[in-house]
Amino acid sequence: MTLTKLTLTEARQGLVARTFSARELVQAHLDAIERLNPTLNAYITPCPQSDVLKAADAADERYKHQKAGRMDGLPIGIKDLFCTQGIRTTAASAMLADFIPPYESTVTERLLKEGALFLGKTNLDEFAMGSATTNSAFGPTINPWKRADAPEIALVAGGSSGGSSAAVAAGLALASTGTDTGGSIRQPAAYCGIVGLKPTYGRCSRWGIIAYASSLDQAGPMTRSVADAALMLEVMAGADSRDSTCSPRPVPAFHQAVGKSVKGLRVGIPSEYRVDGLSPEILALWEQGITWLKEAGCEIVEVSLPHTRYGLPSYYIIAPAECSSNLARYDGIRFGLRKDAPTLDELYEKTRAAGFGTEVRRRILIGTYVLSAGYYDAYYLKAQKVRTLIMRDFEHAFNTVDVLLTPTAPSAAFAQNDNVNDPVQMYLNDIFTVPASLAGTPALSVPAGLNKAGLPLGLQIIGRHFDEETVLSIGSALEKAAGFTHRPTLYAGAGA
Amino acid sequence: MSLTPEMIKHIAKLARIGLDPSDIDATCHTLNDILGWIDQLAEVRIDDVPPMVGTETEPLRQREDTITEGNCRDSLFSCAPETSGPFYTVPRVVE
Repeated sequence: MTLTKLTLTEARQGLVARTFSARELVQAHLDAIERLNPTLNAYITPCPQSDVLKAADAADERYKHQKAGRMDGLPIGIKDLFCTQGIRTTAASAMLADFIPPYESTVTERLLKEGALFLGKTNLDEFAMGSATTNSAFGPTINPWKRADAPEIALVAGGSSGGSSAAVAAGLALASTGTDTGGSIRQPAAYCGIVGLKPTYGRCSRWGIIAYASSLDQAGPMTRSVADAALMLEVMAGADSRDSTCSPRPVPAFHQAVGKSVKGLRVGIPSEYRVDGLSPEILALWEQGITWLKEAGCEIVEVSLPHTRYGLPSYYIIAPAECSSNLARYDGIRFGLRKDAPTLDELYEKTRAAGFGTEVRRRILIGTYVLSAGYYDAYYLKAQKVRTLIMRDFEHAFNTVDVLLTPTAPSAAFAQNDNVNDPVQMYLNDIFTVPASLAGTPALSVPAGLNKAGLPLGLQIIGRHFDEETVLSIGSALEKAAGFTHRPTLYAGAGA
Repeated sequence: MSLTPEMIKHIAKLARIGLDPSDIDATCHTLNDILGWIDQLAEVRIDDVPPMVGTETEPLRQREDTITEGNCRDSLFSCAPETSGPFYTVPRVVE
């Protein structure tokens, strides 16, 4: 049995049945990381092997005494944006290259409490700002998938949670945590052929997640199956007094929604997502998804979200505005990088020039501008009003349908060198994911097929606020119909 | 609305990000490209539309103002690039 191929659910069953031990499961992943991480750069900081093995032994003891938690002994990756006590947390920035948090984020604390084993901290775009994991101070993550017609070209893993998606796809973790501000879980999941779930804003606590845009940031699972996403979200989610925007609602038994009949559910197809120039392969996959859901008994309804095209431009006002405020804390004094200078202002300026990469500096400058005197109304206030219209579009659609079905991204994974010098072109990769972020609704990406070059493509299901259950039911129906079992070129199980 | 190199310098000052003089023109060009693309929002009618501040799915709550984790000075100081006794250090600001 190749232990790096398993889903969380299968691995948990194996551990319960004592088919293999947590130590064996972890060792298989440590070997895979040693072999493939130098090529993929999925982890910025792998945890010390002895620490992970010791934690695995403790998990084995708990299984022996029937005291195992819901994620006990399951080796996972943690996006390097979650503060982990005693484990370096960089946000892929030179600013935090040596930062060792003295506290644990709520989400990772919950995973640890249920016995999850952390293999390491996964790569991302610096401070989660990007769509390709090419903006990392620790080098880009390489997608384990290769184009059949050009296997020599290194592709992007998507972003910003590209290290997490590459690790799960290549067998370097059974699952990973991600965060999503404008598509950062769903788009890399689609590019790497895995499942990615952005829960409703407020479902998971943001406490201890390094902040980018606080009204949009949300944590979620990145997994090999829809059932795994449900299992992991149950552990990650729930009320937290340390985040005032975290919902006090009880966490449903999400796993019960997986595999539930979707007969009679109404699925909306937003006509505005048929954007000009959309690849025929993506359109064909979308049509295929519609057919699959029809066959599963869903009713397909054309809907309109008229303000869709204004999602991205309003996002690129709101997110930079919040980022310019959040990142003001990196001052070279209390934590992080410091560049000495004769005056306090020069110390700030030198530290922030040296510590932030190009895209982060760019977004701070845009955010500072749109919030500055004389421009606030024209940019920031306007974008907030457009956000209301986008939210109303969704509310209106959800009066008649239960979920929406769209492609996750306008293309498959692209080459490492594409779009790097054209920020607007790079931003357009999030065209289908940003609207749900602005509205705060849950959204799931499910791998649904391959394009002609052999690269994975994803379909996105968007649901009502706090209705992850219907999203997961539809997602599992799509997963079942698609039967996606393809594996990437660079894969820990290959030849093993 | 188009940014000038002078405005870029002003914004960088407000953001406390040191900009190399040789980068100002390129930064100006890129930011104007982005803002030009953002300007398509001008065509959206927003009369009488209220701004959306958060996702407004849950009302904000208040909690008691009590100490839940105290005495963590040493662990916080362990993250600081430079300290002196129980203080963070900064360049001299008062002559």
